[in-house]
Amino acid sequence: MADIQDLGIAGIRGGIDNGEFTAVEVAETFIERVSAAKPLNAFLVETPDHALNAAKAADEAKAKGETLSKMAGVPIGMKDLFCTEGVLTTAASGILDGFTPQYESTVSANLFAAGAGMLGKLNMDQFAMGSSNETSAFGNVISPWRAKDSNKDLVAGGSSGGSSAAVSVQLCPAATGTDTGGSIRQPAAFTGITGFKPTYGRCSRWGVIAFASSLDQAGPMAKDVRDCATMLESMAGFDSKDSTSLDLPVPEWEAQLDSNLAGKRVGIPKEYTMDGIDEQILKSWEQGKVWLKDAGAEIVDISLPHTKYALPAYYIIAPAEASSNLARYDGVRYGQRDLPDGAGLQDMYAATREAGFGDEVKRRIMIGTYVLSAGYYDAYFTQAQKVRTLIAQDFENAWSQCDVILAPTTPTAAFSPGEQSDNPIAMYLNDVFAVPASLAGLPAMSVPAAVTEEGLPLGLQIIGKALDEQSVFNAGLALEERAGFVAKPEQWW
Amino acid sequence: MSVDKETVQKIANLSRIAITDEECEHLVPELNQILGWVEQLGEVDCSDVEPMTAVIPNKLRLRDDEVTDGDKRDKVLANAPVAEHGFFAVPKVIE
Repeated sequence: MADIQDLGIAGIRGGIDNGEFTAVEVAETFIERVSAAKPLNAFLVETPDHALNAAKAADEAKAKGETLSKMAGVPIGMKDLFCTEGVLTTAASGILDGFTPQYESTVSANLFAAGAGMLGKLNMDQFAMGSSNETSAFGNVISPWRAKDSNKDLVAGGSSGGSSAAVSVQLCPAATGTDTGGSIRQPAAFTGITGFKPTYGRCSRWGVIAFASSLDQAGPMAKDVRDCATMLESMAGFDSKDSTSLDLPVPEWEAQLDSNLAGKRVGIPKEYTMDGIDEQILKSWEQGKVWLKDAGAEIVDISLPHTKYALPAYYIIAPAEASSNLARYDGVRYGQRDLPDGAGLQDMYAATREAGFGDEVKRRIMIGTYVLSAGYYDAYFTQAQKVRTLIAQDFENAWSQCDVILAPTTPTAAFSPGEQSDNPIAMYLNDVFAVPASLAGLPAMSVPAAVTEEGLPLGLQIIGKALDEQSVFNAGLALEERAGFVAKPEQWW
Repeated sequence: MSVDKETVQKIANLSRIAITDEECEHLVPELNQILGWVEQLGEVDCSDVEPMTAVIPNKLRLRDDEVTDGDKRDKVLANAPVAEHGFFAVPKVIE
């Protein structure tokens, strides 16, 4: 029997179901691992009782001979962007320090209804703004991975960096993430795990602290493709409380997994071969084509001509939406208040926001405010929205030639904290391959594909048509089966 | 288009974020670097292109205009930095 800590969702569910171990044993195993991994700074809050209560419920259901629900007894990590009733939720920002939601986000409620327990709240980039988890007000997440023969810390990616670090080193079998412009896929690639961003609208945004509402989507981060499919089934679904929620049934992605890609066409976008990509990334991309061909797919060259404009368009649209969404942090209704002596209301707003927001958040609010201000709105914001239309059309055109797209997830492997934080644009470039699918609202996933000569994981990305998560899962599974990725970080803490 | 110190102060004020002179000095080149970079969008021909407002076609739903929620005053106020007499409390705004 495998050690409990090595198991994913399917393994845990199966083991509880056939009596190999109890759900309480599972919860205790992971609770202990979480509390022994403090140097990684992956968890902001630990909630062992929540995980244990869900485990007891699963064991009772099993004892009564009931059919176990999809996530019964699976203890997961929850990104701190999800509001959790009665549990501190800060989005890793000082301005929300002390905020205890009085309600449960729809996605976390769905997961709990499916039987999952929660081990705790996961660190992240502040308000999900960042690609290296260096903008958290509560300290960097440190990746469990290190390059061969090196003691240097590495980043776990961002913004879902706590989630990626925790899953990659088996502090939890799976975790929630959110992806606005790559925040599930890039950290998954950096840590050798699997991360899935569904079509925009599949998962309710209700109770997810808003960053850029036209882009934000929740998704699973797990050990493998099958676990991602299972977990997404539990997260997704129509929610009348989110006006952009899609009123569609949730498909049975797990049951329909099929890595035989005969008759499928895989597009290779020529614009994704750009300057500054690591040679080893290009090599793994080539290898990915060979694997998908081996799975029966036909490889076709495609063009997404507006690719180079995706990132600048994103860095207008996302900050614009953020500046509007983050206007709610005013020191009146929740979170921190900074009231200098004798200050009036306006001074209180300005002092509260000065003290509570981190530098990257302030930078993005100010960029957003500027591009939305009178005289600049059309030149910046409207133009970016038009370019977004063109980027979505690029994908629409590509679907006449292919069913899914294969691309790298990131232009490099993980880097060290501080290496890119001085230059915002260098940091933004981490998401150059991830952002186009976000702007078009398309499902996309990262699958661990290779390790570099330095021993660090690399991911490959599959992008699919809107609502066709199944093809993305299936192509991801074909990659996973052939990549045989087994590398694990060595424990150094 | 580039921003100067005065513009950055104005943006900070519109954003309701207090900044010191020193922070303003730093922000001018930072914001200009980002704005200079996003300006490449200007070279894309967007005549006859509609700006995208919804990424996945979706109709806004209407529901009956009736109360579906309520009676949650204490929950609403639970996280307020200062609450008094069942209200959010703020510094005096009218003399």
